[in-house]
Order: sequence, then C-alpha cells, then structure tokens
Amino acid sequence: MRSVLGGLAAGLLFGTGLAISGMINPAKVMAFLDIAGAWDPSLAFVMLGALLVAGPGYRLILRRSRPLFEDAFVLPARRELDSRLLAGAALFGIGWGLGGYCPGPALAALGFGKVQTLAFAAAMAAGMIAARYLPAPAAHSGVRA
Amino acid sequence: MPEFTPLASLAGGMLIGLAAVVLMLLNGRIAGISGITASLLSVSRAVPDRGWRLAFVAGLILAPLGLAQVEGAPAMTVAGSPAIMALAGFLVGFGTVLGNGCTSGHGICGIARLSPRSVAATGVFMAAGIATVFVVRHLLAGG
Repeated sequence: MRSVLGGLAAGLLFGTGLAISGMINPAKVMAFLDIAGAWDPSLAFVMLGALLVAGPGYRLILRRSRPLFEDAFVLPARRELDSRLLAGAALFGIGWGLGGYCPGPALAALGFGKVQTLAFAAAMAAGMIAARYLPAPAAHSGVRA
Repeated sequence: MPEFTPLASLAGGMLIGLAAVVLMLLNGRIAGISGITASLLSVSRAVPDRGWRLAFVAGLILAPLGLAQVEGAPAMTVAGSPAIMALAGFLVGFGTVLGNGCTSGHGICGIARLSPRSVAATGVFMAAGIATVFVVRHLLAGG
C-alpha cells in the first residue's frame, strides 16, 4: 500500500517538472524538433537537468539491495538492439513530431481539457492496445534480486 | 513562437529526474510513462501493482492543474487538428509499446542507466521527430 504513496509523489513531481520545463506545450516541443526553423533548444536543457539528477541518483540507489517500499528493483534486463525497438522508436518519433506530445506531457495536459489533447490521449491508448496484437515480444523485464 | 527558456527547462528537467529517483528509491521502478500507462490499459492480465501506477498518473495530471492555480495556466499551443492529433497519438501509443518506452523511460531513465537499447531508441525517436517536423513544416508547407 505504501507504494501507492511512492507513485503519487513521483507523479506529482513529474507533472510539476513537465509544466515548469515547457514540455507540456506542444508548440515548444515542435520548436525544439524544428532545427531548420526558429530552433528553440530549451528541451535539451530538460533532458540535461533530468539526467544530472537521475544519473547519479540511480547509481546511488542501485547500490542498495532493495527499494524502500517494495522487495526488489524491477529493471529492464535486455541490452541488445532489435528491430522492434528501432521500429517502435521510429513510429513514436513520427507521432511525436506530428503532434508535439509524447506520453507524459499528453497526460499532464489532459486536465486543461483541450479537444486536441483528448483526441491524442484517446488515440494513444488505442495504439497501445493495438500494439499488443502484434506477435508476442520476448520477455523484457527482469527482477533484480 | 516559443522563447528560449534554459533555466525553467533545466529546473523542470531536474524535477523530472527527481521524480525518476523517487520512484526508483521508494518503489524500485522505472518512471516510464508509456510503460505505466500501457500496464493500466491491460484488462486481460492480472496487474498486481495497479495502485501505484494509478496514483502516479493521478499525480501527473493533478500537478500541472495545481501549479496553474498558483502561476496561471501554462502556455499550451496545439497546432494540429483533432484528426492529426489522433493520428499522432495512435503512432505514439503503438510505437512506444512496440519499442518498450518513450521520452521518459528511454530518454531519461534508460540513458541514466546507460542502457544501449535506450540510447539507440532515443537517437531514433529524436531523429524521426526532427525529420517529421522538417517534412511537415518545410517541405509540405513550403515554408
């Protein structure tokens, strides 16, 4: 039950970060991706800030034998590249460039009730469900004891 | 046209990184939004830890609304029509499940763990996003 509080705390921090950073604004995301136009490099700073905290933070945390609220860390174990990964990333990137939302900002923007946000999020859910009907992938998550 | 906001973006990014650290320290989980969302959408399989995922998404939706009470609504300009946004959303949903992650799971959490899969995926979705904006804005629109 404590893990619900962990999820809520992380979600609140994540949503605040998306709003403050400007990632919640599709026009800003598109301006970052528009390197041939009036390029706005701001979102590189979002990634830099996130990695400055998460990189060292993960290193420290993963020295522990277990997280505070659960019995084990659950980390993706695979390291090799495959065509599903690359094709999926390419399709995602096309959608990202077309709409200016990736999954986090799309959800974080839902509360503001724009019809385009709702259309994006509903179709995103449909796309996630549709992808399950592809042939089954190899197991991709391992529990680190 | 959006303005260059390095400090706000850096600060927001650090909060996102902190969110990833908090979820790993407390729950031992990757803060990948597409993975968390896709798990919530599965009704057929038993998902034992639906609770923290629902709480995470609730926090993600509520935090910007709370912030808007203090600072006013954030700038949010959506250029695409609802039909274009639906097409974009479908590609994002399908692609992130196929590729096991999105900007957060691969771009932040995966790169922070130095996962080769995440480094490659991030390079590919960045390149695809840049190429798509180039085609839409500069080739199709003639601008």
